Amino acid sequence: MPAIQITNLSKAYGEVKALSDINLSVNGGELFGLIGPDGAGKTTLIRIITTLLLPDSGCATVLGLDTRHDYKKLRGLIGYMPAVFSLYSDLNVEENLNFFAGVFGTSVRENYDLIKGIYHMLEPFKHRPAGKLSGGMKQKLALSCALIHRPKVLILDEPTTGVDAVSRMELWDLLHEIKDKGITTFVSTAYMDEAKQCDRVALIQKGKIFGVNSPNGFAQMFPYKLFAVYSSNIWLHLESIRQMVVCETAYMFGNKLHFATNSFDLRAENLRESLLSMGIDAQVDEIEAGIEDYFIYQLSEKSRS
Amino acid sequence: MKRILIILQKEFIQIFRNKTILPIIFVLPIVQLLILANAATQEMKSIRLAIVDSDHSPESRSLINAFSHSKFYTHIPVEGGVNVSIEQIDFGKADAVILIPKGFGEYLIEGTPVNVQLMLNAINITSAALTHSYTSGIIQNFASSIGMETINVTSSKPSIRHWYNPELNYKLYMVPGILVVLVTIVGMFLTAINIVREKELGTIEQVNVTPIKPYQFIVGKLVPFWIIALIELSFGLIIAKIVFNLTIVGSIPLLFGFAALYLIVALGLGLILSTSASNQQQVMFMVFFFMIVFLMLSGLFTPTESMPQWAVLFNKINPLYYFMKVNRMLILKGSEFSNLWDSFVAISIIALLTIFVAIKRYHKSV
Repeated sequence: MPAIQITNLSKAYGEVKALSDINLSVNGGELFGLIGPDGAGKTTLIRIITTLLLPDSGCATVLGLDTRHDYKKLRGLIGYMPAVFSLYSDLNVEENLNFFAGVFGTSVRENYDLIKGIYHMLEPFKHRPAGKLSGGMKQKLALSCALIHRPKVLILDEPTTGVDAVSRMELWDLLHEIKDKGITTFVSTAYMDEAKQCDRVALIQKGKIFGVNSPNGFAQMFPYKLFAVYSSNIWLHLESIRQMVVCETAYMFGNKLHFATNSFDLRAENLRESLLSMGIDAQVDEIEAGIEDYFIYQLSEKSRS
Repeated sequence: MKRILIILQKEFIQIFRNKTILPIIFVLPIVQLLILANAATQEMKSIRLAIVDSDHSPESRSLINAFSHSKFYTHIPVEGGVNVSIEQIDFGKADAVILIPKGFGEYLIEGTPVNVQLMLNAINITSAALTHSYTSGIIQNFASSIGMETINVTSSKPSIRHWYNPELNYKLYMVPGILVVLVTIVGMFLTAINIVREKELGTIEQVNVTPIKPYQFIVGKLVPFWIIALIELSFGLIIAKIVFNLTIVGSIPLLFGFAALYLIVALGLGLILSTSASNQQQVMFMVFFFMIVFLMLSGLFTPTESMPQWAVLFNKINPLYYFMKVNRMLILKGSEFSNLWDSFVAISIIALLTIFVAIKRYHKSV
């Protein structure tokens, strides 16, 4: 039985279709990522899974329990960390933890082993009001509060948005630890580079899921041969490069340019020479496509069709 | 049950940590009682009276003396005619003007009826009416004293005695009413704002994914403010005793019993309003709107009996009206339960209805 099963799920806000006919299955014990741009429907889907919102049609079950009918039972089994910080900012770290442990009918001591790793970092601030913590510390406290009742499934809505790079890394390390303890973890994010942290990933765009796979699986679905082109100010030549006959698509990827081609016998030297003939002196490497390349490919395919 | 205790504990920590609300809870009764009971008085003091004496006889002088000896009047001597005295009113220097006509003394000695003209600044209708009745009273007294001396006729006057508030002390009448307002503000406002705050901050989202049941959440939210409002009432009564020497004639347990029932309504209304608001600003306005309407019809300032029929009917469901009535009856008159049972029944029914609607609405809004 999958930990989360979503069947033909749709939800609209008036005219706006937030989710249309979504199907998704998350296995028990996996670290699952829901990746898509802002406004893709990630939060709506998460609010339905966490029993806070009712779908218009279709159904979602978590641990075999229906989110519509068995919500009372489910609420004790799910841990949820909303996108915006929503703990009591006038209560301190300890009081927040005790409150949430209390309403779940458990105590901090009982489940201390589960949050030990996170709480260790929070300990020096345990008497500080939650509202006065730094962004990263707030996230850690929210995570502790979501875990304090030893949930079977942990659901996090964009936990890394608005958090500095170091805290992001720390948070993913914590999520791996949580997953290793056997808790199914479902994370949404708008950052594609975080996809490789997950066991499996669902790509969501405009309320539709257009692929579920492992990060590597997605990379292998990229249909072109890919080169990375390094040169200073390479973006100035983006338009002229796109005009090349062999170029299927080209786009900026950080400070380099990704060049995709249908000619699978094209070699890095050939491309370098062609570029040189256009007056572009660049270093060219043949590279493996990543999930981000696939995502960009998919997005451009969609906009073309 | 344990879950409710945990919510209560959390609420109390938050209330006692709040640097704004806690002081207000205790400063509010002191300030309101002192200011309102003193400022909202309908007693007249130091009426500025200008007397134009056109007669200059011993009789006219003794009438003037009657006024200048009264503690209610400040006598403004005026030289000149009628026009000068009207100017006194126009420029706001006098509240009333008395014109003593020429020949006033002679007419009195002859026993012929004589007219004294009284002009009033009636911008404030209430104070004008009171000034009129005070002033006529003094003139009547003066007339009868003259009459007794000269014609030797005994006049009999109806004697009036005011029950329950023998000195017609307006403060005693106002204080129980102000206590009602106080308790309502604390109950309704604090509850409504507190719940909307959880919505605003998003904390209600985190609470909703826990196994907390709606009734547990509601009880956890209402009980702290119920207790605080009852403490507020005791605090107000103590201040009223110290400052105004107000003694509760009736039964104190009965008073608190009614307050406890009334507060269920006030808190329930706060909860209902909070379910239809999404931020503190909205809920403040809504609470204010309802409170002012309930308050104006409740009989705080004006007797409800003389209100139009629709207002009398509306008051049947106006919780403030019942609390206002019972509070005054208990504090000033010392009414027994046998005189108050209908109000108890009414407020209980209103309380049940309010709580029913509140829980229904809360279910829907979550």
